[in-house]
This record gives sequence, structure tokens and C-alpha cells, in this order.
Amino acid sequence: MADLVSHPDEVRVVSKRFGEGATDIDRYLALDGYKATQKALTMGADAIINEVKASNLRGRGGAGFPAGMKWSFVPKQSPKPKYVLCNGDESEPGTCKDRLIFEHDPHSVIEGVIIAGIAVDSHQGYIYLRGEYRYLIEIMEKAVADAYARGFLGKNIFGSGYDFECAVQTGAGAYEVGEESALMESLEGKRGIPRIRPPFPAVVGLYGGPTVINNAETLANVPHIILGGGEWYASLGTPKNGGTRLFCLSGSVNKPGVYELPMGYNLRKMIEVAGGIWNGRKLKAVQPGGSSVPVLTADETDIPMDFDALMKAGSMLGSGAVVIIDDSTCMVKYALRVMKFYQHESCGWCIPCREGTDWLKKTLIRFHSGGGVRRDIDNIQYLAENMLGRTFCPFGDAAAMPTISLVKKFRQEFEDHLEGKPCPYEDHGKIEHLPVLTAWDHRTADPWAQAH
Amino acid sequence: MADVNITVDGRKLTAPAGTLLIEACKSVGIEVPSFCYYPGLSLQGACRMCLVEIAKMPKLQTACTTVIQEGMAVTTASDTVHQARKAMLEFVLQNHPLDCPVCDAGGECELQDMTFSYGASESKLIDFKNHKDEEQWSPVVFFDRPRCILCYRCVRVCGEGMDVWALGIQNRGALSLIAPNQDDHLECEECGMCIDICPVGALTSGAYRYKTRPWEMNHVSTVCLHCADGCKTTLGVRRQGSGNQIVRGDNRDKSGINGDFLCIKGRYAFDFIEHPDRLKQPLVRKNGTLTPASWEEALELVALRFREARDTDGGASMGVIGSSRTTNEENYLLQKFARLVLRTNNIDHHRTADFPAFVNALSGRAHATASMRDVLSAPAVLLIGNDPTYQHPLLAWQIRTNVRLHGARLYVVNSWPIKLTRQAKEFLQIPEGAEDKAAAFLAGDDSAADALLTSKTTREKLAGFREKLQGEQNLVVIFGSELRGQELAALVRAAARGAKYICLGDHANSRGAADMGLYPDLLPGYLPLSEAARFGEPWKSVPQQPGMDLEAMVAAGKERKLRTLYVVGSNPVARYAIDPFALAETFVVVEDLFLTETADLAEVVLPAACAYEKSGSFTNTCGDLQLLRKAGDCEGVKPDLEIIVRIAELMGFDIQQLAPLDPSGMRADFGESRGVQSGEVDQQAIWNRRQGYEPRVSPFNPFAVLKEIQRVVPGYNVGQLELLSGNDVHTATAGRAPGKTEADRFILPSHENLFTSGTLGRYSDVLNRVIEARLRLPNEKEKEIAAD
Ligand SMILES: Cc1cc2nc3c(=O)[nH]c(=O)nc-3n(C[C@H](O)[C@H](O)[C@H](O)COP(=O)(O)O)c2cc1C
Ligand code: SF4
Ligand code: SF4
Ligand code: SF4
Ligand code: FES
Repeated sequence: MADLVSHPDEVRVVSKRFGEGATDIDRYLALDGYKATQKALTMGADAIINEVKASNLRGRGGAGFPAGMKWSFVPKQSPKPKYVLCNGDESEPGTCKDRLIFEHDPHSVIEGVIIAGIAVDSHQGYIYLRGEYRYLIEIMEKAVADAYARGFLGKNIFGSGYDFECAVQTGAGAYEVGEESALMESLEGKRGIPRIRPPFPAVVGLYGGPTVINNAETLANVPHIILGGGEWYASLGTPKNGGTRLFCLSGSVNKPGVYELPMGYNLRKMIEVAGGIWNGRKLKAVQPGGSSVPVLTADETDIPMDFDALMKAGSMLGSGAVVIIDDSTCMVKYALRVMKFYQHESCGWCIPCREGTDWLKKTLIRFHSGGGVRRDIDNIQYLAENMLGRTFCPFGDAAAMPTISLVKKFRQEFEDHLEGKPCPYEDHGKIEHLPVLTAWDHRTADPWAQAH
Repeated sequence: MADVNITVDGRKLTAPAGTLLIEACKSVGIEVPSFCYYPGLSLQGACRMCLVEIAKMPKLQTACTTVIQEGMAVTTASDTVHQARKAMLEFVLQNHPLDCPVCDAGGECELQDMTFSYGASESKLIDFKNHKDEEQWSPVVFFDRPRCILCYRCVRVCGEGMDVWALGIQNRGALSLIAPNQDDHLECEECGMCIDICPVGALTSGAYRYKTRPWEMNHVSTVCLHCADGCKTTLGVRRQGSGNQIVRGDNRDKSGINGDFLCIKGRYAFDFIEHPDRLKQPLVRKNGTLTPASWEEALELVALRFREARDTDGGASMGVIGSSRTTNEENYLLQKFARLVLRTNNIDHHRTADFPAFVNALSGRAHATASMRDVLSAPAVLLIGNDPTYQHPLLAWQIRTNVRLHGARLYVVNSWPIKLTRQAKEFLQIPEGAEDKAAAFLAGDDSAADALLTSKTTREKLAGFREKLQGEQNLVVIFGSELRGQELAALVRAAARGAKYICLGDHANSRGAADMGLYPDLLPGYLPLSEAARFGEPWKSVPQQPGMDLEAMVAAGKERKLRTLYVVGSNPVARYAIDPFALAETFVVVEDLFLTETADLAEVVLPAACAYEKSGSFTNTCGDLQLLRKAGDCEGVKPDLEIIVRIAELMGFDIQQLAPLDPSGMRADFGESRGVQSGEVDQQAIWNRRQGYEPRVSPFNPFAVLKEIQRVVPGYNVGQLELLSGNDVHTATAGRAPGKTEADRFILPSHENLFTSGTLGRYSDVLNRVIEARLRLPNEKEKEIAAD
């Protein structure tokens, strides 16, 4: 379990009950728990959706899609059952906020799922937990069981006549099943491969039924919006970016951790919230929305952290993971580290992502260990650009975007690695020198044998 | 459905609503490259080759998953699209071994073609390629992961198409791979569909790999000679010695009734041709042992003994057994030979279905048989008895595909939950052997219900089943040899409203053999003997008394009343477990490919060409007529047609009365080699010339015989042009078989399964290897199937 951090600038909404023992259902009830659900039961679907729309709550999973609008896409009538899914697959490197919600305030997620259910007239929810989050299963399952025991879940919840079932499910450990359609495949017990869209989940989702899928943080915000009102929530953030956000500040800072700050909080100030750059070093770059987004150079960091401002700056707010990079970091190695992740996590369904990430990883390994040639730099860029926008799901973009930005913004560092020069940032002896294989060297490797 | 208008590269086009963009483009000749898209299989969107620009869409879109919308403006010919295609090929080639020079697919590889059309001319790759050693999954399926482009066609054709689901995808990312769902091997139908559909050389065939290059082969379109379904196949032939060797079977030409389909037998089991036991020289019994002899010696002996027998004891002392594997022309000629030359009606064949009762029941409804194509489009299908998955693989494919793609309703009546019940809307399980009762019940006889009751089948269920069937329009009714005589007739007469029928026989030309009159009491077209005269002047001499059937011939043999027995392409001794001593005093002549149990008893054995070594026609069990084209050569053998004519000639018969001479046949149709193109020796033409025949007029011309058949056999008067251009043409049933009320007790279904094919199958190395491999499987059920 992670230690909690705090800072005076924090505005605590979703993290309000962190450290308050709210996993205990009585304690949760004492802290206004399940009031929102009861209120929602009296409001009716349209009123809930309007409230959420008014709150300007945007999806915390990465894309920032307005939650209220998403819910309104679900058809009112459906021959098939409708579903609400909580996306708790949280796997984006640097992102570690959903787990805190599950750990400290599991009932708020359940409430969010129930309220979304009422809003779209669904009677079945699923909370999908990341496969690696084994320790959270017990907490969430207990929370669901407690809610059932109290009659907050199941038939006739709160004596309202409304039925709502909810179950916890885990993945097998894959970043890609965080992608909504892959998550549904996984939940149905299949390989975690995305689906062809359209149709979108709101129309054809889990088991072919209309489905609302939201990030855990998005859903955990909903009870607060129901109780505090959409207008109040919207006022906490910037226009069109309602409320607060759990920012996961990590990297070269003194006090890394998850801080709840208002939407639009300045990025420079945010670094100070995390205790500033460590070891007296200087800021070099920031990846402001998780490993999938283009990097910002130090000069570009005087910027409000909301979806629209970052989009304008050529990056994205993404999952709320803010990775802070100091000037002792080799950006080639950074690119390699990112690509290793994507190569490992690519589901392999489509050609450009499967082959592109593999090719880029091989090239970057060789490049970083001193085997780079000049045309590699352009080729890295070429490969990433040709993945961008052409893959089956946005994963390919997630792998391509940071790579493109790293080559563009830190090309000099790539040049510095050329023609057998050792990495300027690392002790020569420390680099793991891989055999440099070239085109005229007809060796091949069997990665399948290595994987086992 | 309403039509939708779109523009592609500035061209306006209209297509029905719901059409995929890739298909709409294809309809006006605009190619959108694709790997993973395959018509009739589920959509994947995986290869990203089909990306196109669509106005108002920020990103390129996959044409294979986009449904056309009114007013859509599409660009396929832009720099962006070209660059996307080029990059996609660069990506897929990253780990591709580029071992085209040794790859089976080289020369007919979609990846090669695409790279030539859209790819980069240079590789940007510096790094190593991922490698994995090749694997063998079954005697016929090999997998080479590095060549695989992960288009998932194989997985889908096996699962969705074959309903076998033997292949899956394992791992993820660059380590993704296609793998059998049973550990490291396949437990499947070994159809080879996965190999056929693989766009590259990742899946290769154990029967073909490393044998040749595609451009070294000629491709001959013909018809599979195994089961009665009549798949069109393309045989890859290569010059060897003085003739052609068949090196591959596949269906590159998808225009046949089988579309994409071939089963293991059609694809691989041509190899019996080269079995070392193949007969290549006539054998004559000398001092009790069969001894090699020349054709002249053997044929002269046969002619002499036949003439002696006929001239002393008359045709009544002579028997003829035809084949359900030889061509229509040969069967027609054989019965003509029996009736005109030997002057006997003692002719029969291995009967596998009650076609006479079937045709009789259809009298007055000449067009009430369903074609194999009808099975793919019928709104509803009723299947009584049989297990098409094993006995009629193509039929099973047609039914499955119809259910899957067109939502056909399948009704199954069987004593066993056969595999096709998975596609069935209704399954009526009946006691074993009660198919005839089921037919009677469905035809309206309520008294038959008692015999159908089981723990699962109640009276209500029976009544409901019948009621649903009665509500079906344009039903296709299919039944196996379980139905005969009266019940068959009752069923066929009962259903109305556009119903069509298929009566299932076994072996490639069983229907043809029946249609051509290999019966002691029926002439070609199931006409009664009394109508012989309508076949022409010489037929007036045909005896009016029905001849002996096979059983009677054997009995006559025992009584030493059968002087000669001429067996063409049949193995009755093994099939019917005939007492070998019954024929001890009979002069038996056998024409066959191998020294079968029957041939072993013969006085003279004549080595025959198989159906891949001659031209002619087959009629499949549905009544679809198709042409065979000569593909391979086997030195020393002769087509049955030629042998029959030669025997007649040596017997002093005026062969012009037997074999029509018609100059219209095409050169290759004469059974001549395709020498003109390949420069090989035109042996047939040389022979013709030596005999003083016009090079274009030969008595061995199957097409001249076919013309006669078309002229005289009711139902066969179909379009010549259609046939000659390689299409299947459905025949009609205009015959008038004398109505028999008794079930035909001589019918003996051959009980083939996917891996057997009568006597021929025993000589197929591929089939034997597959059966052997399956016997080693731990799974009991598979063992049963293999041992069956
Ligand atoms: C490759 C990939 C991985 C993703 N991983 C996650 C994830 O771990 N958690 C998450 O909430 N959303 C993830 N998403 C976003 C989801 O697809 C989806 O947009 C989100 O769950 C919607 O919820 P929201 O609207 O509340 O953000 C991922 C998307 C992609 C393309
Ligand atoms: S982009 Fe393609 S390979 Fe990558 S994760 Fe998505 S579907 Fe899988
Ligand atoms: S083996 Fe062939 S058909 Fe199967 S996925 Fe690979 S390339 Fe496609
Ligand atoms: S289904 Fe019958 S005709 Fe078709 S390939 Fe198989 S054996 Fe030959
Ligand atoms: S053909 Fe469209 S993605 Fe493969």
C-alpha cells in the first residue's frame, strides 16, 4: 500500500475519504456514504444525466470524453440488457490513482456504477480490475458483498423497487485490455483484442448490449456531483473541464505521489507541489498525461493542466500521470524504455502496431547501445509516423506519439549517440552492450524461446 | 435493399445499402488491397492494407469494415493512401524471412504481389528478424511462423467455415502466433482449407511442399474423383518422362460448385496414382498365375472368349459390372456394349442409393431435384439420415455456409446427433434404422409415429417438427441411402410448394452410373427396356427380358451358368464379400487401377486410367453434370472408354454403331495430351494417324459419346457451351423408372468417412498417413472415426 501525500493546494473531492477507513461500510456511511445513490434513485435518469452534464465531468481514463454526453448516447429501449462497466484496468505507466480509490474508497466506485446504471436504466454493473492488482480484489469483493448485505445492491435496492447487480472481475494482466472494447472481450472471457468500431459500446457493448464504460475515477466523482450539484463541481475546474483531478506526479521529483488538484492547475506549480526537481537538478521535460502522450520540453511547461490547454500545446492530459524528467535523463533511453513497454503490451492484432513497436524497440536498443547509424533517426520517426492514425485501436498512436515528439524535440540527443559513441548520460561500463546485428549479418533471434 | 450512391476516385457508383466499401470498389474494378478481408468470413480490420481516404474523416479508414453511406466520397488513389500501403508492407516485411526462393507460395503469394504493386523497393531494416523454427502439425499441415502475416484467415476458415475450430491465436504482440488448439498438433478434418486460404507460405501442405514452383505447373480444371459431391478441382501438373505428373490438387479456380471448398480427398488424395502397386501392364492368367502380357494379347484373348461365349451360350451367359467411378461416357458405352455387342441385359453396378425409386417418384416433376448450388441458397433444408460431414463433405459445407451467411433453417432427422446438428434449428433424434419411418411420418402417415418415439422424441415433438416443415417454402430435402422404395417415394410425393430433393449416393459418379443405365432392367435415363428402340436402330435388338443383377450373376456363377464376367472399375468381391469360388468357372475380366480382390480372381486384368487421366463427365449426387479434363498420364494404362471400344472392335463389331465418331471435340478432349501448348509428344494423335483415323475423328472421343448421351438420355440435354466452359449444369430427371414398390435391397452404402475412399483410398499415401496419425491420438472418438 502506498503512502499518502498531501499539499495545501489540494482540493479533495474523490480523495476526500482517503485514509479515513472508508473501506468499512459503516465508516463509509458515516462519511455521507450511499446518500448520493439514494438521492439518484429519487431523481430519475434524465435529471442524473443533466447533473453530470452540468458538472463538465470529463472521462478520467485518458480521452476526456464528457461523461454525461456518453451516458446520453445509450438508447432508452434495448432488447438486450444494458451494462455499466467500471474500467479499473489502470496500466498506463505513471498512472496510480484508480488503485488508491479502490484501496481507500471502494464504495464510492460502487455508488458511481449504481448511479450510472440508474441514469441509463441498466441493472448490471461490472468492476473490472487490472490483473496485476491482486491485492485490490479482496477489498473490492468485500465492499460489493457488504453492499449486497445491506441491500444497496441486488433486488430492490434501498427499497426503491430498482434492481441492480454488481460483480468484480479481473483481467489476466495486459495494458491493452484497458482499451474499452478489448476490456469487454476480456470480460467475456476472450482474448483481449479490441473490437471493430462502429458500433460503439453505448450501442453495442458487452454481450452485445448497450454499455456505459467509464474510468474508476470518473465514476467515483459521480456521487459527489449528485450530492454537491453539477454546478458546484464544474466551478472547481476550468471551463469545459469540470472539477478536480487525481494527478500522479512521478519521476525526478522529491515528493512523488497522487495529489488531487483542480483542473487547469499550472504544470510548473504542480512540480513544486511534488517537492520540486530532486538532487538539485534541472527540469528537462514532462510527459503530462502518461507514457502515451507527446513530451513537453521544460520551456513548454508553463501551462494549465486541462484537456483543452494541453491539446493546444500539442500534447494530452491523458490519464493524469505526470512524468517529470530531469536533465540527467538520456532521452534516447527514455524513448527506448517507453517503446519496450509498448512492444511488450501490444496485443499484436494489427500489423502496424505489432511490427512497428517491435521494429522500433529493436532499433532503439541497438541505437542506445552505440550501434546507431544516421538513417536510424529518420527511420524511427518514419516508423512512428506511419503507425500514427493507422492502427486498429489507439494503442498504436500511444506508442507513436511520444516517440515522434522525442525525436523531434530531442534530435540532438539522438545525434549524440551516433557512430558507436557511448551514451553521454551513462557510465560506458553500465550499458548493457547488446550484440549489434546488421543487415549483412544474417543472424536471427528466437524471441519465443527467450520468452519461455 | 435500397441502393446507395458514393463516389470513388471521382467515379460515381451505386451499390445496395449495407455493401462494404471494399466490395463496392471492387464492383467497379478499383482494387483496394487486403490481406485479412476475405469474403464470407468475419471482418477483422487487422492488416490495415485497405486504408482509404473518406471525405470528412480525419483519419484513413479501413474499406473492409466501412459500410457505404449515401454521398460518401472516397479516395483510393492519393499519396497518403499509397504511403500507408507502402508502410504497411514495410511493417509486415520487418520480420518476414523473404525466403521466397524456397517458399512454396513464391509465385502465387499475395504478399509478393502486393509488394510488387504497392511496396517499397528497398528495405529500411537493419536489425535482426525474429525467427521460430517450422512446425509440423499433422501429416498434411506445416506451419512456418516467420512467414505468417497474421491475417487470421486460417483461424476463421477452420472455425467459421469448417466448424472445426482447430486453430487459435496464442501470445500477444510480436510473439503472436497461430497455433493448434490441441497442444502441438491438429485434431481436425485435415481439409487443408487453412493452407489454401493462407495468402503467404506460412501454412504449407505435407503433400506438396518443396515439390515444384507454381510457374512450372500447368493447371488443369477437372472434377474430384472421390465422393459423390463433385467438387471442381484444379490439378497442378508437371511434365515428367513422356507424360504429365500431377503434383498438386487445389481449387485456385473458385468458380466451381464448391467455391472455396475442398476436403482432404479432393486436395491430396490423387497420390494413389503413383502407388507402386498401380497396374501398368495387362495381366493374363497363365498356368494359374497372372502374368504380364501385351495389350494386344490380352485384348485379343478377351475378345475371343467373349465372342465364343456370346455365340455359343448367348448374352444370357455373360455379365457386366460397371463402376460408380468411371465417367458417364464410359458407363453409357459399357451398357451399350453389353446390350448391343454382348446382347445381354446382365449389367449392374455397386448401388449406393435408390435412384430409380427417386426418379420414379419425381416423374412429372423434371426439375424438382436440387443442385449443389441450391443447397447454398435454399431458405430451409431438411436432412434425413446420412452424416454429410463425413460422407458428403461439400454438402456439409454448403449447408453450414447457408446457415451461417444466409440464415437458412436446417432440420435434421437422424439417429445420432451428427455434427451438423450444431447448425440445426430443429433436430429430431429417432431410433437407429427408423429413417424410413420418419420419412413416412413426415409424409403424413401418423401410424409411423410409434416407431419414432424415444426418450427425447415425444409425439408432440414429432407433430411440431412436421408442422414446422409444412410451413417451409422452397425446402431442400436431402436424404441418404436409408430411404428407399416406398418411403422414399412417399416423402418425395408428399412435400410440395417448391420443395426440391437430393438423394445421396456414394462415390464420384454413382448418380451418373445410375443415370447411364447400369441396371439389368433399366436403360439410360431410367427408361424401361421396352423403350430401347428410341435410342436408335441398333437398339431394337436389345433383349426385352430384364437381365441378372449382381446377386443373380454370382448365383449363376455358382451354378456354372455365367461364362464371362466383365468388371469395369469395381471391386464387388470385396464389397459384397462374394465367395471367390462362386466365380471359379467364369472367365472374369477386370479393368482396374490395382490388383483388387476381384482382379485377383480374374483371367485377364486390364490396367485402366483413373478419372484424373482422362476426359469425360461426371454427374454428382445432386444431378450436376461437369466435365473432367485429362490431367495426368500413367504409362501403360488406357481409359476404360478406349478398352471397351477396342474389345468391341476385336470382337468384329462395327464400332461406328458403338462409338459415335464426331469431329467436333476439341483436341484435348480426345483424351490426348495437352501437347500443343507444352510441346510434348501427342501420343494419341500419333496413334490415330497410324490407325488411319482422321486426327480429329476418334472412336475414343468422350465428347462424341457425351453428345450422344445429351441427345438420347432424358434430362441430359443441357447446354454444351456451359459445360465446355467448365461450368456445372444441372440435369433434369425426365426418366420413367418402372415404379418399384419394394425397397432396393441391393443398395449398399459405402460408409466412407473423410479419410477413406473405397479401394482407391487404400492406395493413397496421404490418407493412410492421416489415418495412422489419428490412430495414435489419445482421443477415443477420433480413433473410432479413423478406424471406421
Ligand atoms: C491502449 C489503451 C489503454 C487504455 N487503458 C485504460 C485504462 O487502463 N483505464 C481506463 O480507465 N481507460 C483506459 N483507456 C481508455 C478507455 O478506452 C476508455 O476510453 C475509458 O475507459 C473511458 O472512460 P472515461 O470516459 O471515464 O475516461 C485506454 C485506452 C487505450 C487506447
Ligand atoms: S494498435 Fe493494433 S496491435 Fe496495437 S494494441 Fe491496438 S489492435 Fe493491438
Ligand atoms: S498462417 Fe497464413 S492464413 Fe494463417 S494467419 Fe498466418 S498468414 Fe494468415
Ligand atoms: S467433398 Fe467430395 S468431391 Fe469434394 S473434395 Fe471431398 S471427396 Fe472430393
Ligand atoms: S483488409 Fe481491411 S484491415 Fe485487412
